[in-house]
Amino acid sequence: MRYAEIGYYLEIDLATGNIEKVESDPELTELYLGGLGTSVKQHWDRVPPEVKPFDDENLLIFSTGLLNGTPAFSANRTVVSFVSPQSELLAYPMMGGFWSAELKHAGYDKVIFSNKSPDWVYIWINNDKVEIRDARHFKGKGSLEVQDLIREELNEPNAQVAAIGLAGENRCFTASIEQSRSSSSRLGGGAIMGDKKIKAVAVRGSKDVHLARGAEFMELMEEVKKYINFRNSNPIPGVMTILSGIGSPQEMLHTDEKWHTEGFAWGNARKRRKNFWTEEIEKAWTGTQNTAIKRFISCYNCPQQCGALIDYPGVPRYMMKCFSKLTYGMAAYVDNLEFGFKIVQRAQEYGVDAFSTPQILAFAVELKDAGILTDKDFEGCPPDEDKEGRFVWLLDRLVNREGIGDILADGTYWAAKRIGNGAEEFAHNNIKKHEQLPIKLGMLDPLYYLMYATNEKISITQIEGNWPQAPFPKREQREQFVKEWPQVPDERFKEWLLEWEPRGEKSIPHYPPPPMASEIVDWMEMIHNIDDALGLCAGMASFCLKPPYHINNLPQLVSAATGMDVDRDELKRKVNRSRNLHRAFNNCRGMTRADEKPPEDHWRHRFPELEEELLSTYYAFKGWNHDGIPTRERLHELDLDYVADELEKRGILKDVQG
Amino acid sequence: MSKVKKIVKNIRVDADKCNGCRGCEIACSAFHAEPKYSSVNPARSRIRVLTNRLKDIWLPVFAGEYTPTECAGRDIYTIDGKEYEECAFCRAACPSRDMFKEPDSGLPLRCDMCEGEDEPLCVKWCLTNVLVYEEREVWVEEETEEMKQEELHVGLESLADKYGRDKLMDAVARMNAKD
Repeated sequence: MRYAEIGYYLEIDLATGNIEKVESDPELTELYLGGLGTSVKQHWDRVPPEVKPFDDENLLIFSTGLLNGTPAFSANRTVVSFVSPQSELLAYPMMGGFWSAELKHAGYDKVIFSNKSPDWVYIWINNDKVEIRDARHFKGKGSLEVQDLIREELNEPNAQVAAIGLAGENRCFTASIEQSRSSSSRLGGGAIMGDKKIKAVAVRGSKDVHLARGAEFMELMEEVKKYINFRNSNPIPGVMTILSGIGSPQEMLHTDEKWHTEGFAWGNARKRRKNFWTEEIEKAWTGTQNTAIKRFISCYNCPQQCGALIDYPGVPRYMMKCFSKLTYGMAAYVDNLEFGFKIVQRAQEYGVDAFSTPQILAFAVELKDAGILTDKDFEGCPPDEDKEGRFVWLLDRLVNREGIGDILADGTYWAAKRIGNGAEEFAHNNIKKHEQLPIKLGMLDPLYYLMYATNEKISITQIEGNWPQAPFPKREQREQFVKEWPQVPDERFKEWLLEWEPRGEKSIPHYPPPPMASEIVDWMEMIHNIDDALGLCAGMASFCLKPPYHINNLPQLVSAATGMDVDRDELKRKVNRSRNLHRAFNNCRGMTRADEKPPEDHWRHRFPELEEELLSTYYAFKGWNHDGIPTRERLHELDLDYVADELEKRGILKDVQG
Repeated sequence: MSKVKKIVKNIRVDADKCNGCRGCEIACSAFHAEPKYSSVNPARSRIRVLTNRLKDIWLPVFAGEYTPTECAGRDIYTIDGKEYEECAFCRAACPSRDMFKEPDSGLPLRCDMCEGEDEPLCVKWCLTNVLVYEEREVWVEEETEEMKQEELHVGLESLADKYGRDKLMDAVARMNAKD
């Protein structure tokens, strides 16, 4: 009997149509937990560094997490992993929604796709019956629209469907995979799905997920439930509204957008508008949002309501979450919120990432203003003063790969390379070839420097979290904050926070100093990695302040669910193991220290020597050498000698002494 | 026939508050697993959230009585601009649908209000207060041997409908032989 996990992977070879149900090795769970951890192992074993993103051999894995399908609140993430067409590294964008629990109940922990289908197909997983079905009649359908069409065709209203739209079909590098109210967005999973000619994966399951010590698990969940209720009625004082609660940012609920509109940069991640949020704007935007939102909705087994059903006049209904209501409007310099609610519906049916895509469109507008792109490239585009129409026109070109859209569809990094003539300067907001959040700040922050530079996620919202974004101005506020802070891995973190000042000696960029910064970052990324292995929503663990799940209760939950006896150290060791394996995978694909840097203009005040020291200290703390490659010693400690052998064989790890 | 005071257990459903998370289905199936909390399977739950997200339909429905035959109800109701099939509100485990049947055996499921607990588990684990447990006192006829017999009869009839009378008789005969 396997507990929490099912113990079977579904292997689908799209070229031959061969489908196999393969028992997974229980030892892999002991070593890598599940979710991202066990998926990384599959990629390491089966996808050599020579494989390019659109090669047959690039695996596309849809994975549940270890706790999906258990009664753990908010354990609903599906981890989609693949070598990204954009970064050419191992990407793992996750989606919430309802798909992963359904897959577990159908009897599988993962679906592993290899090779490519000769023509458009969708996959229908109905417990033990798995079919590759013709999807030629669904080609061109929207990613949301096709979910209902498939449910109708199958006559199965309870099937959960993950699908791509036009962007995925046309292998746009920012194509997403959409499912219910969620999407797996970053780094082009939709493009890989489209390359394999999979329009959708539908799943329905009615089997049991077993718990090793169920009664004990439920007792632990009682405590989690109490804390969720406590946090929902006790927002954290002294921080922005958006940071005060739990769950993903409550963007559908909150209408106060002062923080995003004034703190984040507009256009192609260029300009902050510090007096944007006037009373007049607030009134208009609040009215628009209240008109648009029909109902607040959640993902599977989650008490939070981070998403909403959108019913905006003249726009087909769709579901929205998080910051996407603002990304297009801010990138287009549009001062109304209506545009956001309108264009997101279109973009979601196309299936594109709502973070990187608006920046690509804004990048195109800048290139035209700079004379690098010409009127000919924009032939048929609405005039410049019609900012909304221009963005919609560009989005249409991009997803269809028409004209200039064909170049833009590869994202700003690759588009700039193809366009040349100085276009590279305009692809200024990337890390590892991927567009970052449009944030431009004054003073270097050592924690954010490390998180941005080094994380395998390449997206800050999946790296930051448990440590406050900024120091509390007053000592009393800090004392208040640390008084009830059961989430910390060690009491000394509280001391560090108490010392952290907005100005003076103990403020950024020199505080927290590099060794302390390394430990804080290590804590935050560890929690993210645990979430990614367990399938927990980051909003309930790693991405918010004082979350319900943390390093002091997760080991007990994992132990009760799986029957493995895992303490804090062991849990940390397991995710460290998969993180190092992930890093080694990326190192084999050429990633080194030179790639680990935030955009040059991310902060106005930079400190090259301090930044070097931060990076070196952090690398040493993680057990990586000067180039950011895990040392043999570190890999040996994590039972990854086979990885050290491979890195040495390939000449990537030269320092054999570690 | 004498009347006795009885506590009637009741769950008030405020479907407008439902966010569609299906936590109730998870809690129900875990509680009714054997041993208790040893497994989870919403398909075994005695409460199901009927969902059509884009139509704004999230409707928790509880499993009620078993019925061997389909009813004639195929009407469509429009409530507050939303269309519901008549079946949506029905609690019955009936031949027209898979809902409220054990996925392995097909045997009917019925909500038992989590007898023995302070409140039904679906109520306990719904953090959005869609489900509210209520108790009220009513005077009812005292349960007699005849009523118990009637309950047994209904149970046996559902088995006979599913497996046929002969197989049921065979099974009873085998049980007797074992004893």
